[in-house]
Amino acid sequence: MTANTTQNRINTLFSERTTPVLSVYFTAGFPNLHDTSTILSALQANDVDMIEIGMPFSDPVADGEIIQESSSQALKNGMTTELLFAQLRDVRTRAENPITMPLVLMGYVNPVIQYGVERFCADCAEVGIDGVILPDLPPEVFEEEWKPLFERYKLHHILLITPQTPEERIRRIDEISSGFLYAVSSSGTTGGALAMDDARTAYFQRLKRLKESSKIQNPVIIGFGIRDKASFDAASEYAAGAIIGSAFIKELGEASNEALPETIRRFVAKVR
Amino acid sequence: MTTLSITTASQRFGVSERGYYGTFGGAFIPEMLYPNVEHLRSVYLDIISEASFQEEFVALLRDYVGRPTPLYFAKRLSDFYKTRIYLKREDLNHTGAHKINNTLGQILLAKRLGKKRIIAETGAGQHGVATATVCALMGLECVVYMGAVDIERQKPNVERMKLLGAQVVAAKSGSQTLKDATNEAMRDWITNPENTHYIIGSVVGPHPYPDMVSRFQSVISEEIMRQLEEKEGRPNPDYVLACVGGGSNAVGAFYHFLDDERVRLIALEAAGKGVNTGFSAATTALGKSGVLHGSKTLLMQTPDGQVVEPFSISAGLDYPGIGPIHAHLFASGRAEFHAVTDDEAMQAGKFLARTEGIIPALETAHALAYLEKLAAKPDEIVVVNLSGRGDKDLQTYINGAQERPH
Repeated sequence: MTANTTQNRINTLFSERTTPVLSVYFTAGFPNLHDTSTILSALQANDVDMIEIGMPFSDPVADGEIIQESSSQALKNGMTTELLFAQLRDVRTRAENPITMPLVLMGYVNPVIQYGVERFCADCAEVGIDGVILPDLPPEVFEEEWKPLFERYKLHHILLITPQTPEERIRRIDEISSGFLYAVSSSGTTGGALAMDDARTAYFQRLKRLKESSKIQNPVIIGFGIRDKASFDAASEYAAGAIIGSAFIKELGEASNEALPETIRRFVAKVR
Repeated sequence: MTTLSITTASQRFGVSERGYYGTFGGAFIPEMLYPNVEHLRSVYLDIISEASFQEEFVALLRDYVGRPTPLYFAKRLSDFYKTRIYLKREDLNHTGAHKINNTLGQILLAKRLGKKRIIAETGAGQHGVATATVCALMGLECVVYMGAVDIERQKPNVERMKLLGAQVVAAKSGSQTLKDATNEAMRDWITNPENTHYIIGSVVGPHPYPDMVSRFQSVISEEIMRQLEEKEGRPNPDYVLACVGGGSNAVGAFYHFLDDERVRLIALEAAGKGVNTGFSAATTALGKSGVLHGSKTLLMQTPDGQVVEPFSISAGLDYPGIGPIHAHLFASGRAEFHAVTDDEAMQAGKFLARTEGIIPALETAHALAYLEKLAAKPDEIVVVNLSGRGDKDLQTYINGAQERPH
């Protein structure tokens, strides 16, 4: 097995940043169908480090209520994979405020299969996507069928690890992953609370040791249950950074249209 | 009967070591579910092969479920269709359907895995009742997820589950029916990975579920073989008919005939109001290969890959996919798939009631409806898997389509 040699904005981010990386997730097509560009611009203007763009799916089993609801609203609004790529087509190249930070697409495997895996990868490359997270794509299926395409289009494939993942499997997942590893904070779907109990601390410390002793190569980012400054700081003590999703989407859902950039500014300021 | 051939797998249509049936199957699950599913995969064959497991399973199937179920020669139905029709009476099982074959097998497995809490999904409530029943039998905690819409539609089964001590939780996401209940059960399992076993109710889900459920249901065809041998002097019928939602009763009825090409296997899907009306659950006619609930299978979906909500008068067939083994049987041509409309099923159900004195479940009525088109020869043997009884469907029978003379 050869390591993925892709180098892109994700690698640059992790090699250059010395402070914790703040990654924010939002569901494309929510609250309104054409908010994608507005949200990207506002997140960049407020110095978020990386953005995960959620591709809505009708049956998101790994997600809690907030992302489920944002996904069904986005689908009702008319979001599709094709439309998302159209919305992203000029965000890197536009004259005013082009997006320069790493962009990651996160979703479920079925819409990608229906779109066509190669077409999906090619479109990712064209619009400037750096990595893809598909939690229900089995690692061995990725290795055998998808990996050459990801390499050809210089995409990182980011896999999840959980508190139940044994060390041997963490190392194997690390070998298959590139860009970074997504460490799920606890047993549960997205949108729960981060309880920093003994088990949690032990799990985070285990990950930190694996990284420090170079038993895993990729930087680790912690997600699920990160909702505010306290949980972001707590997670960042053990990892290269953390991902906020449900808490952000909840605020977006409560904001009025005109107030979206201001809502995003206030939200990021509270975390940083 | 002291042992079962649940350890026997089809040579040509059994699951591969990696969990595939042809190009279908696999385990498309998020990492959060991996430890549980992988553990189950690594132990299920060993556990169900143990003599003590088989003894307990066989004894409970006999004394608690009431097996073997009769293979009944339906004389008046045979006279009408001018062929030899046998009904495999799964409706006479405890709880009124084939579902308990699987829940009993899985609860014995869960006990051996040391699990204390059982979760399940249910559509019409039949699998929920069968799960609540075996949980009561074994003294395990039981939580059943059911779409909020289905809870309204299937009140008697909700009450049965509660009476059996189960907690019924409404799935309020999406369309609030079976597929959403399945999503909720998977989320519960993600949240409670240590103490909980998920009893999936059909031959769907990630490997090893489709294979495991198939084996537990295979008792149906095992009995058919033995009973036909006694009655007809040969173990193999010419046709086996079964309805398919996820497909567990059909796999059970087909299982031991899969490698015997002389036996024509016919699966009947729910056409709903008609295959092309937009209100249908005819997955092989309308579906395309895709991934849902952990396996790659034929799936009703939009061109963008969003799962489409199916429609059928029968809640048990109201599922947007089929088990991966069925997708393979369809793609390989080993089984024929046909679609039966709500109206046709309703008439067939009523016809059986008057002809044989048996009120079948509306799911089962889809299989019976195909007798009209089958045109079997007078000396041929047709086995219809009578997967469930129709008590739960009385209101639908009463309110349903206008009766037409047969």
